[in-house]
Amino acid sequence: MPIPVNNTPTNESRRRFLRHTGQLLIGFHLLPASLRLAQAGETISPMPDEGNINTWLRLDAEGNLTVLTGKTELGQGIKTALMQIAAEELDISMQKVNIIIADTAQTADERYTAGSASITASGSAIRSAAAEARKILLELAAAQLHTTVQQLAVKDGVVTALNTKEAISYGALLKGRSIEGKVTEKAPLKDPAKYTIVGTAWPRDDIKAMATAQPVYVQDIRMPGMVHARILRPPVYGAKLSSLPNDDPAGVTGLLKIFRNGSFVAVVTSEEYQAIKALKYLREKAIWQKPVLSPAQDKLFDQVTALPLKGEEVAKNEAAEAAIAGAAAKVEAVYKRPYQMHGSIGPSCAVALWKEDLLTVWSHSQGAFPLRSTLADLLHLPESKIRVIAVPGSGCYGHNGADDAGADAALLAMELPGRPVRVQWMREDEHCWEPYGSAMVMKLTGGLDASGQLLAIDTTLWSDTHVARPGGKAGHFLAGRDLATPFTFTPGGYSGGSYRNALPLYDTLRKVTLFNYKGPLRTSALRSLGAYANIFALESFMDELAIRAGKDPAAFRLQNLKDERAKAVIQKVMDITQWEKRTGAKAASVGWGIAFAQYKNDAAYFAVVAEVAIDKTAKQYRVKSLTGVIDAGQVINIDGLKNQTEGGMIQSTSWTLLEQVQYNEKGILSRGWDSYPILRFQAVPSIAVEVINRPGSPPVGAGEAAQGPTAAAIANAIYQATGSRLRELPLKPDKINWQY
Amino acid sequence: MEQTIVLKVNGKSSSVTIDPETPLLYALRNNLHLNGPKYGCGMALCGSCMVLLDGKAQPSCIMPCSAAAAHNITTLEGIGTAQALHPLQQAVIETQAAQCGYCLNGVIMCAKQLLDEHGSPSEAQIKEALQRVLCRCGTHTRFIAAIKKAAAMK
Repeated sequence: MPIPVNNTPTNESRRRFLRHTGQLLIGFHLLPASLRLAQAGETISPMPDEGNINTWLRLDAEGNLTVLTGKTELGQGIKTALMQIAAEELDISMQKVNIIIADTAQTADERYTAGSASITASGSAIRSAAAEARKILLELAAAQLHTTVQQLAVKDGVVTALNTKEAISYGALLKGRSIEGKVTEKAPLKDPAKYTIVGTAWPRDDIKAMATAQPVYVQDIRMPGMVHARILRPPVYGAKLSSLPNDDPAGVTGLLKIFRNGSFVAVVTSEEYQAIKALKYLREKAIWQKPVLSPAQDKLFDQVTALPLKGEEVAKNEAAEAAIAGAAAKVEAVYKRPYQMHGSIGPSCAVALWKEDLLTVWSHSQGAFPLRSTLADLLHLPESKIRVIAVPGSGCYGHNGADDAGADAALLAMELPGRPVRVQWMREDEHCWEPYGSAMVMKLTGGLDASGQLLAIDTTLWSDTHVARPGGKAGHFLAGRDLATPFTFTPGGYSGGSYRNALPLYDTLRKVTLFNYKGPLRTSALRSLGAYANIFALESFMDELAIRAGKDPAAFRLQNLKDERAKAVIQKVMDITQWEKRTGAKAASVGWGIAFAQYKNDAAYFAVVAEVAIDKTAKQYRVKSLTGVIDAGQVINIDGLKNQTEGGMIQSTSWTLLEQVQYNEKGILSRGWDSYPILRFQAVPSIAVEVINRPGSPPVGAGEAAQGPTAAAIANAIYQATGSRLRELPLKPDKINWQY
Repeated sequence: MEQTIVLKVNGKSSSVTIDPETPLLYALRNNLHLNGPKYGCGMALCGSCMVLLDGKAQPSCIMPCSAAAAHNITTLEGIGTAQALHPLQQAVIETQAAQCGYCLNGVIMCAKQLLDEHGSPSEAQIKEALQRVLCRCGTHTRFIAAIKKAAAMK
């Protein structure tokens, strides 16, 4: 049995608990405690070993549990879900649990919080560590209570011997020692049938902090002596600064520094508004050499599909080609998705402090550890001299400006030792410089036999990268590319994001070919990556095939699926919406559409029915309702799962109806909410989400499951009502042929 | 350049020494250390910076402090606290109406004016009142449910 070590007195343990966590006990979580740690000059702990229990959780003398995750909170509720997993396995009440999110000085390196993978990765690690800790605690209790582990029961962190009714708390068992030992993966896991915390709608406590205006976000960080910075971003990608005005901005007091390194320019002032004024001045006076942005927006798709590219055979299948060639009916359609943006409501922000040979960066990045390694490259500093602390920001939905703002702040902090530098991007910075979701073209060809049976689907797609997160190379930072000695940007070779969900889950012959092109705009990970466009295309296409086969679109999907869980979500959404009434005699003013996908073909199952209301006179339509059914395996937090799914359906509705990044040869034209409108309240449909819980099945992330199917369901509903098949996103009403 | 301006915020008069052109938002956040109003666009298009000016929900990102001095300003901090929640705050917590929560300030401040003027608003009135607020997480329907719940609590 691993022996608990570190036999420190209770008070010492308490102090350590406060020092290392402080979250529930001190007002603003992370900041004051973390800052003290940095200022006190304490050494940064070496990389925690992921095989150790105390990398993932710590119990203090009062029986409080601190969970440590390398993932970060993005508004998806991951903190609560991970706390539930630990509390459940240890039988500790949720009131006694708190959590520390990604911090390079404290937590495991769990790379990026992305791909709906936090529950699978961090969740299972925490569950295993908690099970191991429970095993150790029960062995200690058995010795203490003179009984066997089998004769023990645990409730709210108190272990009771069933025969003698003698009891002892976890805190009393540990007496301030910490649980040290390896996660063997051999400790018994709790039977999901006995769960009382996992699966419930345990509320998030950060919502109270948000609703009562407590400091929650990186934007809320205030430190003594903190200065404010704004960045003069170039007018277009790749522009080089020719000259800045020699004089200081007129009418701006409190100017501390105009920093220039190559084409990277920043103003630093003592008050925030001064920096905004100075930025305005510099924007007017700076002279740039500006490259032309090409190909033009209206020529993009034609040009990229005509490029002599070498295709990547994602799924090779000669039988599919042959089946389509010999099919009784051959169906072909081309779908398009424009560049679309994350559009975080709060533009990116970071605070950085270079003090006593240590750079601390507070960032809403999705990857604290990769950000640290990329900062090390940018600044030529060893990683041991950099600490990145994840602090929530405005919702990001992928790789937005967070990391770039972190790099901006870090560069400036190095110039101003001892002073915390806060960089706040302006709205225009976020709109113009965030990496967008790539524009994509999907060409689908399918074959049906004479009886309308599906024979094969052949997919060809064109996409720029969906994965350009900083992972150690400073060329991934905007600032890195603008320095006098620039870092070059080379996108990675990973194309899995581009063809995500391009391979149909349907039981048919399948072939997928990907053409990777390099487009004119900056792209990277946006919620669900290529899956949004690929599912929009495939699920629109399934509708087209069903109609050609003379079959009901929902029944056609069921016929071509073998996976029972896939069929179950479709059947359930059909039942809820009384689908059979929706396909027969349709009301001219209403259309219904259905779509389905299993995210990544290996995560959450999601089916959705969209209802659109048509106004033929006004030549307008609106999405009236969306009904979704999701199966994400074992549910961790039922309300969190619904919240994420509802949000995904609404966000996808906004992308699908309205969104397209506009640009011309001079640069990005979508510079604010007037030129890049997103869904407002009056256009929001009513939303219903049902969950199929699968206790005992592995829990999978669900944050991205709704994006693609929602788009296709809307397109399919428009088709049902108007007979217009809209294959190019966004689905603007002027694309409908109203002469039906 | 800088002047001393008295701002009446949450029932208290506070002197700030500031460039009078400074939009109210920055004075609230940086001089008075309030977290409710947030920077979103600086163009009165997203509602993140919403405050009540004499009871009416207004963006604080473009109004200069010199003009704001004429009004009674209420921020999210001023309508309720963690110890004494306003029904809107309580309803938001009970409905778990937030994802990232960045837009929540604008939602609550617009809803505050609405509930002050209409005891039990219709869904259409709620949507209209929130039309100036942008939410990117897609929490809209929960906000609407929370406001209905708050109206029922009052």
